[in-house]
Amino acid sequence: MSPASVFVCLSLTLLSDYPVIRVKPDNSGVVTDGVKHSMNPFCEIAVEEAVKLKEKKFIKEVVAVSCGPTQVTETIRTALAMGCDRGIHVEVSGKDYEAMGPLQIAKIFAALAKKEEASLVILGKQAIDDDCNQTGQMTAALLDWPQGTFASEVTIDGEKVKVVREIDGGLETIKISMPAVLTADLRLNTPRYATLPNIMKAKKKKIANMKPADLGVDMVSRVEVLRVDEPPTRLAGVKVETVDDLVAKLKANGTI
Amino acid sequence: MNGGWERVIPAFRSVCGEDGVSLGAAVREQHGRDESVHRCRPPDVVVWPRSVEEVSALAKICHHHHLPIIPFGTGTGLEGGVGALKGGVCFSLRNMDRVLDLHQEDFDVSVEPGVTRKGLNSYLRDTGLWFPVDPGADASLCGMAATSASGTNAVRYGTMRENVLNLEVVLADGSIIHTAGRGRRKTSAGYNLTNLFVGSEGTLGVITKTTLRLYGVPEAMVSAVCTFPSVQAAVDSTVQVLQTGVPIARIEFLDDVMIDACNSFNSLSYPVAPTLFLEFHGTEKSLEEQVTVTEEITQANGGSDFSWARDAETRGRLWKARHDAWYAALALRPGCKAYSTDVCVPLSRLPQIIVETKEDLMLNGLTGPIAGHVGDGNFHCIMVMDPNDQDEVIRVHEFTERLARRALALDGTCTGEHGVGLGKRALLREEMGPLAIEVMQGLKATLDPKNLMNPGKVL
Repeated sequence: MSPASVFVCLSLTLLSDYPVIRVKPDNSGVVTDGVKHSMNPFCEIAVEEAVKLKEKKFIKEVVAVSCGPTQVTETIRTALAMGCDRGIHVEVSGKDYEAMGPLQIAKIFAALAKKEEASLVILGKQAIDDDCNQTGQMTAALLDWPQGTFASEVTIDGEKVKVVREIDGGLETIKISMPAVLTADLRLNTPRYATLPNIMKAKKKKIANMKPADLGVDMVSRVEVLRVDEPPTRLAGVKVETVDDLVAKLKANGTI
Repeated sequence: MNGGWERVIPAFRSVCGEDGVSLGAAVREQHGRDESVHRCRPPDVVVWPRSVEEVSALAKICHHHHLPIIPFGTGTGLEGGVGALKGGVCFSLRNMDRVLDLHQEDFDVSVEPGVTRKGLNSYLRDTGLWFPVDPGADASLCGMAATSASGTNAVRYGTMRENVLNLEVVLADGSIIHTAGRGRRKTSAGYNLTNLFVGSEGTLGVITKTTLRLYGVPEAMVSAVCTFPSVQAAVDSTVQVLQTGVPIARIEFLDDVMIDACNSFNSLSYPVAPTLFLEFHGTEKSLEEQVTVTEEITQANGGSDFSWARDAETRGRLWKARHDAWYAALALRPGCKAYSTDVCVPLSRLPQIIVETKEDLMLNGLTGPIAGHVGDGNFHCIMVMDPNDQDEVIRVHEFTERLARRALALDGTCTGEHGVGLGKRALLREEMGPLAIEVMQGLKATLDPKNLMNPGKVL
């Protein structure tokens, strides 16, 4: 019996190649106004995997989900253009959006997965702007579902999923039962480009709209960001003429 | 100039800021070389303008003090175009790196010189559009305009000449012009200034913005490899495929020496014989048709069965052999350097010139595996040589001259896509003839009477 629906949960992040991200003058965060945003690269890989599974007929439907302000619907449209069937936009904006972290997002995804009876939830392993690497794991915990994180290979085998995971020592292969949560690592696949005809078709696909309150999720955060600083500017090096000079200088600044 | 630097450097700093000017030796050396075999010729100073207004202000200072101006993009050129032969000021444009004015429905975008080809395509990811001109390196798009770059996709999508719609250029005296006015569409208004500056290699002005034609990302791509019993068979197939009107996207030729090198380098096992790497772009249905027609042609010419690749990962592996050609050639003789020739001839003359060139290589004991964009009649001999073996260096040089003259005799050109730069000026004269060269010199004298713009290149 092939699983009914797979949820791909997307994050909108600052574009990775874009030059210099700046810290706000009041050190409360980074400047996001006017900086190009795009789908998180690991989420692209997650979308690609879900669409591939559907093309291989392992699953029937792929739903793209994301939380955030209106801008996020563009990201969902890109996922639809890559082959997802429908989208869900959970609206979070203003102060709630600034305070939104992995726990709030995980609560939302967990509530949705339960409500829509998803068989698989696939996320990118982490967002490249905050590098938290927590949302997938928290979602699995809230749902009490098994998790296959840092996936570099995913195979569906009846009611179970075989996941090859990238770990520090090499690769670990696990078998977990569905419903399950997976997070996509870099080598899982190479995401397809959204082509113009598909972008146009995607405009006709449905994106449902809802608020966290509709899912019974409260967005209160227990984390307070105190400060954001740029990494310290690299100091110029000092050239020395002899080994003795080098040793003397290293002693003088307390290195040795 | 010697004494006057004390006035000029502070003037530069007041335009670009304290950090925007460098006299450091390492920095100057870095900006005095590209990826060619020409030795490093560092400028006297490197400046980093942040806007077209700053470029103009700097140019005015240089103009006043008779200082040479050398524009620098990514330093990935292959003809020594950035060498500061007479010293001067290198304008490093990498800090001007904005993508401006993307018009999705009009299929055009404008970019500053710091935007590279891969950078732009990454930016365009979500739009379904791309800029297909692919010279291999991740070059600055304005730099590609300056050298009239081309690449593996030219047979389908054209070169920079066909894809630059407008340029913003700062002239030697600091004036800022737009070569197509406000335009970014087809036009018949006035002289074609845009294509005067495309390929001018920094000798007529500094390109500070280019408006490019974009294309829709193909719905599907399929790649294939096919081996042939002879060079003639491979090239005949190419000609016939193009004649039947198949809109093939890439058609790359590798000779047996090149394939052998690629096999060793990448641990592959392609048959060692003249080979074509093919790529088709289109809808699923049109791909089926394109592939069927092409296969009929190649088989009629004695070609082998196709090795296929459809998905991104397999295609990547298939093309890796072609992309690594340069390194595979170098690996044939570790410790050596490589120089790439770049002649281009009409398709009908391609079999003849490749066969004659291979004979020349064998007769003279030279290492020169061949890889080329046969769809355009353009091929590269990657000449691998020991820089310390004076005799070999001379023999390679003489070979390249013979090759260029052979191409000219067959109605071809001495440089299909790399540009003239430093090393092909004499060949340019032979190719153009004295009267055309005089016209070029007249244009140069009009736009840059003091000869400050990248002196010693092209003409």
